Amino acid sequence: MFPAPFEYHRATSIDETLALLAQYGGDARVLAGGQSLIPAMRFRLARPAVLVDINALHELSYLREEGGVLAIGAMTRDAALETSALITSKYPLLADTSALVADPVVRQSGTVVGSLCHNDPAGDWGVTALAGRAQIVIRGATGTRTVAIDDFLIDSFTTAVGEGELALEVRFPTPPPRTAGSYQKIERKVGDFATACAAARVTLDANGAIADAGIAIGAAGPHAIRVRDAELLLNGSKPTKDLIRAAADAARKLADPAADNRGSAEFKKDMAGVLVRRALVAALGRLGVEGLQ
Amino acid sequence: MKISVTVNGTPYQRDVEPRTLLVYFLREALGLTGTHVGCDTSSCGVCVVVLDGDRAVKSCTMFAAMADGHEITTVEGLVQGGKLHPLQQAFWDCHGLQCGYCTPGMLMTSYALLKHQPNPDEPAIREALSGNLCRCTGYQNIVKAVQQAAAETSAPEPVAT
Repeated sequence: MFPAPFEYHRATSIDETLALLAQYGGDARVLAGGQSLIPAMRFRLARPAVLVDINALHELSYLREEGGVLAIGAMTRDAALETSALITSKYPLLADTSALVADPVVRQSGTVVGSLCHNDPAGDWGVTALAGRAQIVIRGATGTRTVAIDDFLIDSFTTAVGEGELALEVRFPTPPPRTAGSYQKIERKVGDFATACAAARVTLDANGAIADAGIAIGAAGPHAIRVRDAELLLNGSKPTKDLIRAAADAARKLADPAADNRGSAEFKKDMAGVLVRRALVAALGRLGVEGLQ
Repeated sequence: MKISVTVNGTPYQRDVEPRTLLVYFLREALGLTGTHVGCDTSSCGVCVVVLDGDRAVKSCTMFAAMADGHEITTVEGLVQGGKLHPLQQAFWDCHGLQCGYCTPGMLMTSYALLKHQPNPDEPAIREALSGNLCRCTGYQNIVKAVQQAAAETSAPEPVAT
């Protein structure tokens, strides 16, 4: 099906984008990579009256590491992360994720920030943003604010970005020493929505205990969810097989997936646990901690 | 709205509705039916064209309006001077197609791949084509064809003596 008619504006600056968004309010949607929004419009799940295309805003296409954070601009496409030496060397959690989003052609258009703003229950980036403790920078007519990812993901397809506002970038804290992460996903075929997905990030202290953990799962609720019980179990403990199984069990209990043709709810709950375990084993393996399988 | 695009080196100006998808613009407004419509939902890859020389895009999931001011290469643009592009010749030589429906998308995705990685290994080719579906060949000969084209196009030019 073709999308319903809409008015198209190509913005040439951030200020012009904000002016257009202010003018059209709730009737307007921002068009970045379009890889979620255009299919949604084709299925008539979305019918924005106005699209504000920000593809010409090259100043929003960057991967910038400064002041202890990695900033990813609103027009930075997934493929840019896949081919970035900075990402592959220092941000394994992000490298894992960028290689598993949709398929390689879609990743040449789709953006990280756009995926976060779409907030699909089975989206990849929300899960990784929770585990990586990301923040989103949002600008509106009255100024710029920074929102923690936990407060950003409000409900399926709903975020903290309000009418007249533009999500400018997502910020991931630069990992301290002895930190690694991993993103895991089960899909029926390349490009399908996740049957289940999970992300883990761990920092080890000088004694080899877990100083800080971030654990999240996707396709297991209205949007990506943080597994706080797993994080509480992990923080302060030495990584062992039993500890990882307990963290995985917390994820399995928290998961509330919907049954569909990808699997039953029970199967998906089990997979949430399995993937948290795999993500923790992989992340710790990257830190040289073996024997946790 | 009026858009200006350059397709396979030829500039075009056309009036389009903003909701016109790029693949329908190419096929219906410009008559370039080499780009196919398959799933129409960005899953199958038969509609892949190349934007600005090296970016593969699924043209069913891009508005023609977004291509305003850009250059597009479609499968019709691969032939140069009546001679098949090395990728097309390799698909012929290696029997990289049966029904041919997915072939334009396979060719254009491979074309963009070789712009970024002139000499990809087999896993890299399989990965790059993982968003393009073929229901006939089992992919084996498609991968062989891309390998042949890569070997040919990445080989150093013969030095005149």
